[in-house]
Amino acid sequence: MPEPKLRKLVTIVEDVFHEGGPVRDTPLKRGAVLAVIENPFAGRYEADIAGFMTDLEPLGLDMARRLIDALGGEAGAIEGYGKGAIVGQGGELEHGALWHVPGGYAMRGALGEAKAIVPSTKKVGGPGTRLDVPVTHINASYVRSHFDAMEVGVADAPRANELVLALVMTTGARIHARIGGLKAEDVKGEDGLR
Amino acid sequence: MKARIRKLTVFVEETRREMDRPVDPPTRKAAAVAVIRNPFAGRYVEDLSELIEIGAELGGLLGRRCVEALGIAPQAAESYGKAAMVGEDGELERGAVDKGAALVPSSKKRGGPGQVLDIPLGHKDAAYVRSHFDGMEVWLNDSPRADEIMVAVAVTDSGRPLPRIGGLTVSEVQGKDGLR
Repeated sequence: MPEPKLRKLVTIVEDVFHEGGPVRDTPLKRGAVLAVIENPFAGRYEADIAGFMTDLEPLGLDMARRLIDALGGEAGAIEGYGKGAIVGQGGELEHGALWHVPGGYAMRGALGEAKAIVPSTKKVGGPGTRLDVPVTHINASYVRSHFDAMEVGVADAPRANELVLALVMTTGARIHARIGGLKAEDVKGEDGLR
Repeated sequence: MKARIRKLTVFVEETRREMDRPVDPPTRKAAAVAVIRNPFAGRYVEDLSELIEIGAELGGLLGRRCVEALGIAPQAAESYGKAAMVGEDGELERGAVDKGAALVPSSKKRGGPGQVLDIPLGHKDAAYVRSHFDGMEVWLNDSPRADEIMVAVAVTDSGRPLPRIGGLTVSEVQGKDGLR
């Protein structure tokens, strides 16, 4: 399988200082990296697609490193993550599912010992389609303060024969998190859940 | 800083291929967007000078954020633009107050959370450079709320990918009148 053909890379970084409550000196950061690549399976049904997951690994790692850099360069500062894909109309949902394994591999490769499953979502859509990428704590999925999401999208992608692949990371809890539940400091970090 | 920024978002877009042809070096655009409270939301106010000061401050900050995100020296910027979107309880005139002396192409509108704002782009030394007529779309799903204003600046280090419609080129720029 060929190397992914990359048309465009988009980086989005949000600094959130407040949302009507106390103003933070150090903002919560949420970031996303989106890669627009050609979908090698667009326009036909292809039975054997799984090999493309391996081809996506180097791109995924590059995206994860870019994202950490965009968020300040410290892998240790990353507390939440998520991933997603948007499949252009010439493809099928299953093509977006190809991102699950390499996307997760990329996050763990760049962040080290992250324990929790990387929450994810995907859909088929046209240019400008937005995707709400779910975000949870990197070591324990039940950390309630870190349940979050980031909306991403690219104005001119995906074209019919393209895939938009997304990685999202955050540096902390929601800006005014106060609904209880498992706290980040109480994480045991054994099973990826609590 | 006079402005109380709720949120500051930076977008960077790098195009490496277009119509299956390589774009080398890639074209790159950045946009920085600040969300601030509209001090005049919900009423008519004659004197908008408070916002004029905030606009001047934010213009500088957002321009710097774009240049930093592109990782370039300020003089390496090739084109720029600006735009503003006023939340539903605001008045369009307040979107216009961040204008400086230089001709920076601009647009503004009133809108709600998640609405797209298109920032026009033009060459920073000569508005007629055709390869740099462009735009960049930004949006924030939670902004502008009714009492907010979104202020945006875009900066590039390049023109469109694969420009080929003629007109004034970068190499022909005289850079005296801001037009040619």
